[in-house]
Amino acid sequence: MTATWVRRFDATATPDEPEWLRPVRRAAIDRFAGTGFPAPRDEEWRFTPVAAITQAEFEPARPGSRVSRDAIAPFVFGHAEWPLLVFIDGRFDASLSMVPALPGGARAGSLAEAITAGDATLARHLGHHAPVESSGFTALNTAFIQDGAFVHVPAGVELAMPVHLVFVSSGETEGTVAQPRNLIVIEAAARASVVESYVTLAPGRRYFTNAVTEVVSGEGAWTEHTRIQRESDSAYHIGLTHVEQAAGSHYRSFTLAMGGAIARHNLHVRLNAPRIETLLYGLYLTRGDQLVDNHTAIHHDHPDCNSWEVYKGVMAGESRAVFNGKVLVRPEAQKTDAKQTNRNLLLSDGARVHTKPQLEIFADDVKCTHGATVGRLDDVALFYLRSRGIDAATARVLLTYAFAAEVVEEVALEPVRLELERLVRERLGAGD
Amino acid sequence: MLEIRGLRASAGGNEILRGIDLTVNAGEVHAIMGPNGSGKSTLAQVLAGHPAYEVTGGRVSYLGQDLLEMEPEERAQAGVFLAFQYPVEIPGVSNAYFLRAACNEIRKARGLEELDPMDFLDVLEEKLKVVEWGPEIMSRAVNSGFSGGEKKRNEILQMAVLEPRLAVLDETDSGLDIDALRIVAGGVNRLRRPDNATIVVTHYQRLLNYIVPDYVHVLSGGRIVRSGGKELALELEARGYDWVEAPAGVA
Repeated sequence: MTATWVRRFDATATPDEPEWLRPVRRAAIDRFAGTGFPAPRDEEWRFTPVAAITQAEFEPARPGSRVSRDAIAPFVFGHAEWPLLVFIDGRFDASLSMVPALPGGARAGSLAEAITAGDATLARHLGHHAPVESSGFTALNTAFIQDGAFVHVPAGVELAMPVHLVFVSSGETEGTVAQPRNLIVIEAAARASVVESYVTLAPGRRYFTNAVTEVVSGEGAWTEHTRIQRESDSAYHIGLTHVEQAAGSHYRSFTLAMGGAIARHNLHVRLNAPRIETLLYGLYLTRGDQLVDNHTAIHHDHPDCNSWEVYKGVMAGESRAVFNGKVLVRPEAQKTDAKQTNRNLLLSDGARVHTKPQLEIFADDVKCTHGATVGRLDDVALFYLRSRGIDAATARVLLTYAFAAEVVEEVALEPVRLELERLVRERLGAGD
Repeated sequence: MLEIRGLRASAGGNEILRGIDLTVNAGEVHAIMGPNGSGKSTLAQVLAGHPAYEVTGGRVSYLGQDLLEMEPEERAQAGVFLAFQYPVEIPGVSNAYFLRAACNEIRKARGLEELDPMDFLDVLEEKLKVVEWGPEIMSRAVNSGFSGGEKKRNEILQMAVLEPRLAVLDETDSGLDIDALRIVAGGVNRLRRPDNATIVVTHYQRLLNYIVPDYVHVLSGGRIVRSGGKELALELEARGYDWVEAPAGVA
């Protein structure tokens, strides 16, 4: 409810809040007070009714939930030396985190601590990229910026190991909301890999996560960004990832969405200079009566940039998926090479997907293609596997896994790829 | 081993097989020849249990079992193997994974222990020789991006690994150049044993220069219209299918 949130904002004013942050948050709550949450008539939210989220009263999660190291162990993967930042209900938990000294002055830590410390990089970027106009949810997150992850890799520094950010919903009480806010700044010619995991300790709980991540990729920087969303099947998850890319930078994203009663992820990438490369890969797996929505937008504003996007989905039960892929090519963006693919596999008669490629091209010397498919498992392929002695149920799982795994193969970092494969296998019931 | 009596089958309401009688004993190689549309591929697919075909009459006994009552995977587990005319591409599944999964299903059915990836590699090393391949093919996705010849070789590799009692090769020679044909046929010959049998379905006599059959049957209009020894294939090559399309005894 809009009014409740505006009241809460007035109660959050703290005397030690830095001068640069207050106006950012104030502008956001003003925006939110004016426009509120997305309404059913809003074209951007046409297939994803959010009344269940916006009509309900979610209490901000109380800090101080005690979570043991063992409880989060199932969500930690890769190598023990990887920087690990754990957030419980949106708050950084130092005792569960493991942040070794990073090379070249690189930092990974709590956003709240960086705000208090008056970090100059933070002040320059936080809240300056993800526009509060993009949706009421973004405005709300910005208005209540408090904690989350801050990752900063200075110019020319290479992080050999990925930084893993784990956002845990404790599920201690029903009906809470957490709003993690993250800022990832990879400066010129730096190289880093960041993994965001959204997980829960209470698979049946109804709660709400409203996350925003801003990514700033400097000139010639290389960034791999993986987002794993496996919230409770009864939870609501709204996320925005907003990316700003400078000249010659390479940004690749992989998004796995498999949790949530209603889950929506917006991925917006702005190509702010020439010679940029953007690779967006995604996989969504839905079942039961889940609704999982992926909206992507790639803004080609300058010449000689390439974007490549592949999203795949597997829908079972009565579940719904939405894919909307916007590619905007401005008149200046000549020699743009943009390719978008969305492929969907329906495993049941009750499953549905709404897929919409949306290309808006205002330059004439460009190569832009898109394709969307919706299909079922191929009978001939099924028969082929069965004719080799593999039973029908196993053959179905194998073909479904193969369909999904094809896009996971695009993840560059092997330990991350292996974990994603494991999660997909586990979800689809595939063996070793 | 295989006894087919009065087999009738249709697809989409069209009757394609109109009463097939055929007996295949262990150790034998039978060639099924015939013009396009005669039903030879349908016969191969029906034996493997393709769900697109409806059996409307007759019976098929395989090693004393009612083959038509068995699911496709049960037939494979009992030793029936179909080499596909158009092997299916399965992106995302490696050849190694697929072959080991199939091999283990069939081993399980035969009461043998499943092979772990290391043991399987040892088995595979021998089998790869059958089709003159190196191990690098195993990391590629099943048939994905394979040339026509590679797909057919992959079928024979599967056959080598699965060790069927009854192998049915459906137009395995189609689309093969002479080198690939030699390798594929060589593989089939190496896999011949006194206790297994092979049915070679082909349009052309050429393949039978390499895989020499004991019996040749000519299919036309969904029936076997003529049977004979390997010399029948040569006669067909010389005189064409028109020669046999009239009912036997009239020509």
